[in-house]
Amino acid sequence: MICRRILSQLNIVAQCRQNNLPLWQCPQLLFLFISFINIFSILFSYFIGQHYITDPLLVSLIVILIAFVLFILTIIITWSFERLIEVARLKTEFANIISHQLRSPLTNLKWLIELLISQKNHLLSSQAAEYLALLKENSQRMEDLISNLLLMIRLEQGEIALNKEKISLVNLIKKVLYENEFFAKANHVLIKFEPPNEELPFCITDPIQLKLVLDNLINNAICYASPSLTGKEGKVTVNLRKENNNFYISVTDNGVGIPKQDQKYIFQKFFRSANAKKYQTAGSGLGLYIAKLLLEKMGGQIGFISQEGQGSTFWLKLPIRY
Amino acid sequence: MVKKILFIEDEASLQKAFGEILRKEGYEMTSALNGEIGLKLAQKMAREGKLDLIILDLILPKIDGFEVLKKLKEDEMTKYVPVIILTNLEGLKDVGKALELGATTYLVKANYSLEEVVTKIKQALSVK
Repeated sequence: MICRRILSQLNIVAQCRQNNLPLWQCPQLLFLFISFINIFSILFSYFIGQHYITDPLLVSLIVILIAFVLFILTIIITWSFERLIEVARLKTEFANIISHQLRSPLTNLKWLIELLISQKNHLLSSQAAEYLALLKENSQRMEDLISNLLLMIRLEQGEIALNKEKISLVNLIKKVLYENEFFAKANHVLIKFEPPNEELPFCITDPIQLKLVLDNLINNAICYASPSLTGKEGKVTVNLRKENNNFYISVTDNGVGIPKQDQKYIFQKFFRSANAKKYQTAGSGLGLYIAKLLLEKMGGQIGFISQEGQGSTFWLKLPIRY
Repeated sequence: MVKKILFIEDEASLQKAFGEILRKEGYEMTSALNGEIGLKLAQKMAREGKLDLIILDLILPKIDGFEVLKKLKEDEMTKYVPVIILTNLEGLKDVGKALELGATTYLVKANYSLEEVVTKIKQALSVK
């Protein structure tokens, strides 16, 4: 793992591409280049000194020339860093613009639709109520996508703080299951919760962010366990237990599973497996990536086992803290 | 006694929606469309003893929400009135700054349904 990380650090071309910079502006390459020039200039000066000691002016000129080249390279490196800083600044600014200018009208829309729906008995025909429900669903989808993008940017920038509270995981899971009940019924999937055999301590974590992770896993499980995709009865089981010094939560479905060749990419950003694209056209490929970032921030772990055609089990571990 | 809420928010549609809901819940709501009016109204209402809660957006015309909050907390008449921040800014710096300035609760609009926001308002009023 560490070797792979070191090797990836040495892959300068890939790093430059990742930062969206041309090679000649890539700080990693330029630093490497300067190091080589330094070594070369020392050896060269030594060589010149040995053989042309009778002409110190020439040695001085060569040293001045090398110093000048190094000076130019340092300027280019400084520019490169300035550009990287500018890119980071623009990214933050972009996130803030999306955050306010795009989300505000969407939130307003969502709340006004909620208000109208709550009054449907008095003001609206059943058809209008149905259209409103569709509007609400679509505005929610758009908001979820924007929220996911923002959350991803902020997590990557380390800008998300966890608001830790003492919570009961049993209650949190029940809440997520309750909220997904309608969706499960609509997909003809049976959800079962297996609570722990013993009483668990409170979990100290951010309930909103953990709920987001659980909601994502359970929602995915329901989607891919639907009988319309598998031709068999859809089942999702959520299990909670204590394992060593961790809370262990697993979400198991008997759905379509993940093709073996896609499994190593499943937590990558924007990745959607062949099955996901085949069965669910909607989706951004951000849910599991965000879940992983959040779990890591919480000091936990996330993983899965899956077999195509048989189903998947996604698990997460959170440390027990007192 | 009917609890009185001041809602400082530049979106007229939201003011209307909240006004309707909060009135149904038995509260009295006054609204302001910018920071300057909001601040003046808060000071006036507090002087008259008619202010139990302020709901404040952060991006506001004329005076922004942070400045309004700062001035509210500097004023002897308004400093003890709980302030709920209701905004779409969710950067760590913004949250930290608002809480440091004395906001009671910080709610990111997109993370809550209308019903949940109303519950938070009720909670803030019941604590007072």
